[in-house]
Amino acid sequence: MLMNFVALKMLTGDRAKYLGLIFAIAFATFLLENQTSIFSGILKRTGSQITDITDAQVWVMDPKTEYFEQTKALKDTDLTRVRGVDGVEWAVNLYKGSPVARTMEGRFAVSFCIGIDDATLTGAPRKMVLGSWERLREPDSVVVDKAGYVLLFPGEPLELGRTLELNDHRATIVGISDASAPFVSWPVMHARYSEAVNFVGRERTQLSYVLVHPRPGIKPGDLCARIEQQTGLRARTTNQFCWDCIVYYLKNTGIPVNFGITIAIALIVGAVVAGQTFYLFTVENLKQFGALKAVGVTNWRLIGMILLQALTVGLVGFSIGTGMGATFFEIFSHQLATRGIILMWQSVALTGGCILFVVILASILSLRRVLVLEPAVVFRG
Amino acid sequence: MTAKDLAVECREVVKDFGEGDTRIRVLRGVNFNARLGELTFLVGPSGCGKTTLISVIAGLLNSNAGDVELFGENIERLPANERILFRRKNLGFVYQQYNLLPALTAAENAAVPLLAAGVPRRQAVERAKHILVELGLGGRLNALPTKLSGGEQQRVTLARALVHEPRLILCDEPTAALDHATGETVMGLLASNAVSSSRAVIVVTHDSRVFHYADAIAHMDDGQIVKTESQRRAERAVVNGVEVSVDEMETV
Repeated sequence: MLMNFVALKMLTGDRAKYLGLIFAIAFATFLLENQTSIFSGILKRTGSQITDITDAQVWVMDPKTEYFEQTKALKDTDLTRVRGVDGVEWAVNLYKGSPVARTMEGRFAVSFCIGIDDATLTGAPRKMVLGSWERLREPDSVVVDKAGYVLLFPGEPLELGRTLELNDHRATIVGISDASAPFVSWPVMHARYSEAVNFVGRERTQLSYVLVHPRPGIKPGDLCARIEQQTGLRARTTNQFCWDCIVYYLKNTGIPVNFGITIAIALIVGAVVAGQTFYLFTVENLKQFGALKAVGVTNWRLIGMILLQALTVGLVGFSIGTGMGATFFEIFSHQLATRGIILMWQSVALTGGCILFVVILASILSLRRVLVLEPAVVFRG
Repeated sequence: MTAKDLAVECREVVKDFGEGDTRIRVLRGVNFNARLGELTFLVGPSGCGKTTLISVIAGLLNSNAGDVELFGENIERLPANERILFRRKNLGFVYQQYNLLPALTAAENAAVPLLAAGVPRRQAVERAKHILVELGLGGRLNALPTKLSGGEQQRVTLARALVHEPRLILCDEPTAALDHATGETVMGLLASNAVSSSRAVIVVTHDSRVFHYADAIAHMDDGQIVKTESQRRAERAVVNGVEVSVDEMETV
């Protein structure tokens, strides 16, 4: 314990080297936490319209459906068939289309239009910024998300009663929701099922999904299996379907490769810079360690001193880097374009593990030099 | 001379460096003694093996043959951990290059051997301060090594060598990096503070100007002790700028 004081003084005595070590680790931490959190946040967005619907626990879809945006319409009778499965408390229809929304000023954007059950409004957005989702019962009404509103009416105050054209059908904004950001930055519109299908244009079949709620005591996973067995349709729990979307994007886009490269570079650069700096720090102090050996400091005590130095720079650097990361996400999570992308505890834990690995590795490499050091080195001029 | 008086006894000590064709014999059967209560100088040309010999005596290097006994204990036969403990308790070092820890103050540097021995920090630093005051560094206790002159740094090193009251102090060229006047001061402090009836001091040096401090001088050349002189240490006297240093000498 007493030599810990000497170890910490040795570490902090050379301010330039100490700060160099701290900032190498802090920036590596920031990069790793930043990239892994953004990566996870973007992937979470692929299923954000699924997790936003909290009323139902099971989604039923065409057997070939792989992710939310890839829909093949079901037959209207499929809703009745699902309702007939034992364990289903209730089931409602859900429509998803992509009409073009146009403002009176001529600004337009492709949007997600979610058509929810006319009778129960199951699937309506629960987090409202302005107005009420219950006003969807009014004719030709839509609820638009805040980001979509800002996209369509840039610089204008949030206001109800404005009109839009959805594929040439007039619709009035009766509410502004705080829907989670979708993977692509399209406005998210909610309307009643019967109106949403009109906005988009009628096809031979319209039903995108059936939202199901199990009876009390029935596990959603078990109900999925029953529905699949009895209807031949695909049934997934909310969580499973969300992961399906993430896996689809992981497999079929360049996102993981691009982020993976950045994360790997952050890890390598962080490890090399921090490891190299710490290694050099120890090597430059070899004569001091030799002097300590000569006066009778044991190898075990020296190992303890070096590990303490490594853990100290690791902990201080990691804390500063995490603070930088938290500040970054605190600022950007309030921006509409980056909303919902937060510093995840999993990223912090993973980064902490990586930093610990790096500093331990650097100390092991340094320790080797110290342990084989002949204390007689102190007599060399 | 009795065995009881002997602090260090080296018998036919051999030390080689390197392997095979590159093997170099640095110590060639060295016989060397240092007695308690004496300041023994080890002198000789560069590369003759002086530093290697004190490294072997300190247990920092192992010899290839021969025996090294410190206070009757064969240090090379001690297990590694016991040897470290023996060194921690019994030996103090003064180096040519000081080897002070730059991040520690003068008092903290001087306290390092006590800290290594487990003495509580406050107590260790207080003890170190006391010695530094005795060595004339009372006003520089909290100065970092970079703020100290060479002579002051060497005095801190001397305090570090004395602080745990070892029975043997090994000094490697303690005046080599100092000007003559500062070197005289350091040697004077070493002679007056380090030498006692229960302690021996061995000084490796080239500096013939400080030989008058020696009680015994062992001359080394080509890995062997070639001559040993014992002398009664003179009171240092300067008459009209000329040192009078040796008043009695016996060559063995």
